[in-house]
Amino acid sequence: MNTKIGYLIAIALLLVAPFAIYPVFLMKLLCFALFASAFNLILGYGGLLSFGHAAFFGGAAYVTGHALKVWGLPTELGILVGTAIAGVLGLAIGLLAIRRQGIYFAMITLAMAQMVYFFFISADFTGGENGLQGVPRGTALGFIDLQDNLNMYYFVLAIFALGYFIISRAVNSPFGQILSAIRDNEDRATSLGYDVDRYKLLAFVLSATLAGLAGSTKTVVFQLASLTDAHWHMSGEVVLMTLLGGLGTIVGPAVGAGIIVTLQNYLASGPLGAWVPVVLGIIFVICVLAFRRGVVGELREMLRKSF
Amino acid sequence: MTNTGQYILETDGLTKEFKGFTAVDNVDLRVQRHQIHALIGPNGAGKTTVFNLLTKFLIPTRGSIKYNGEDITHIKSAEIARKGVIRSFQISAVFPHMTARENVRVALQRKLGTSFHFWRSVKSLSGLNDRADELLTMVGLERFSDSQVADMSYGRKRALEIATTLAMEPELMLLDEPTQGMGREDVELVTELIRKVSANRTILMVEHNLSVVSRLCDTITVLQRGAVLTEGNYQEVSADPRVKEAYMGKAA
Ligand SMILES: Nc1ncnc2c1ncn2[C@@H]1O[C@H](COP(=O)(O)OP(=O)(O)OP(=O)(O)O)[C@@H](O)[C@H]1O
Ligand SMILES: [Mg+2]
Repeated sequence: MNTKIGYLIAIALLLVAPFAIYPVFLMKLLCFALFASAFNLILGYGGLLSFGHAAFFGGAAYVTGHALKVWGLPTELGILVGTAIAGVLGLAIGLLAIRRQGIYFAMITLAMAQMVYFFFISADFTGGENGLQGVPRGTALGFIDLQDNLNMYYFVLAIFALGYFIISRAVNSPFGQILSAIRDNEDRATSLGYDVDRYKLLAFVLSATLAGLAGSTKTVVFQLASLTDAHWHMSGEVVLMTLLGGLGTIVGPAVGAGIIVTLQNYLASGPLGAWVPVVLGIIFVICVLAFRRGVVGELREMLRKSF
Repeated sequence: MTNTGQYILETDGLTKEFKGFTAVDNVDLRVQRHQIHALIGPNGAGKTTVFNLLTKFLIPTRGSIKYNGEDITHIKSAEIARKGVIRSFQISAVFPHMTARENVRVALQRKLGTSFHFWRSVKSLSGLNDRADELLTMVGLERFSDSQVADMSYGRKRALEIATTLAMEPELMLLDEPTQGMGREDVELVTELIRKVSANRTILMVEHNLSVVSRLCDTITVLQRGAVLTEGNYQEVSADPRVKEAYMGKAA
């Protein structure tokens, strides 16, 4: 009941937000909120620390950029192609990594993502250091002009809502039940007849696909896909967002993404501009030491205790 | 599935070596259908390792395992479970961040064939609630259906574990020290529970509490340093001087 009211308020706020806040900033926020929520599916619910999610975010960003700019596909189709490729990439990397545990899983995903990154550096279609610039936004449904920031905002909001719904549904599905069983006690899940690797793989592919959706959408918003999207910094940032917001809570990662993106924007224009990574690092340390459950996790715990 | 052979489980020369150290040494185990069979032995005798081999959490170095006459030596853990061999673990094996009902449902839901359906609502599992609650009632946990398992007592976690195992309708249950770490009352409860659930199924259990063993078990196999020391019913085994020695050497 309470969550329903919470969601209604959030939706209302998101609908009126672009009249109070710069839409492009809001769109950036939504893209990263989706990215972090997708990441949470594998870290928070699958219990696997991927350190290579930039490959999916950045990979989808490039593919969508190429599809829109060079092939001239309609916007929706371009996003779909980028997202699908992220899913395929997720399957390939997942197949290699999923049998590993803990630090080895993180290392393999990182190594694979670095390979993808170096491929993007050397490949021609990515535009190297300059990135893919001037990607056309096109139209939505063939007639809504996305060059208009307000139209673009509602388009991004719709994508975010869809992605968010898929994630929260996956968590609260028969599949989600098995996934949390595996996270809680993998051996027991095995001894109840579940091939745990297959469930983890599906969670990884879903996570990669939706991270791709976020990357593709980001390309359309900024009309740009660049190496930054695929850099390992990006993989690290999404870990930070998720931990800061609250691991394994549905809204946590979106909140975490909101905080980080806002901070980055705010700090970048101020005197602390050059110190953004340091500030983020300090936040990370504080978060790990003092708020292990993350912002949303700690709030939830406080509510639970006060009843 | 109804195989009428006398033995539900047979191992032949089952051996496990860890870097030159033989933890399980040439074990020929025969478990009779519909019996409660105990595997006992001093600490480090290799009991848990035998369980790990039977359920393929470890790969045997040598030897073979037959279940219902079928060679399962090379079959993976999850598939062995699907064939009806369900194990418990020496430490309680539950899913702490789920409710008791959800724990049992994890075992029930595989039959629905929707366990990969990430687009379906979890409400689609509510048809399993009645069966889950029935199983929880059977182990005396009817009041705890909606409790978070992490908050439950140790004895109740073990009872929940048995309810979850039963949900799989196992033909052969492997229980690794089901009464370990329990107070006298809980031991009585679990002993009765095992007796109750043993109807129409076979149980192979590791148990240190010899009073439990004497009351429950039809056949007892004694393991020492990985090898079978002797086998028989409780009278025979407890009269064997070698068994006393094996235990005294360690326990006294
Ligand atoms: N994965 C492993 N690697 C190396 N040695 C192992 C491994 N697992 C078990 N062992 C060794 O094998 C021997 C048998 O261990 P096991 O756990 O099977 O004994 P147990 O009979 O179950 O003892 P307990 O009554 O204490 O549970 C022990 O010496 C143990 O140290
Ligand atoms: Mg043991």
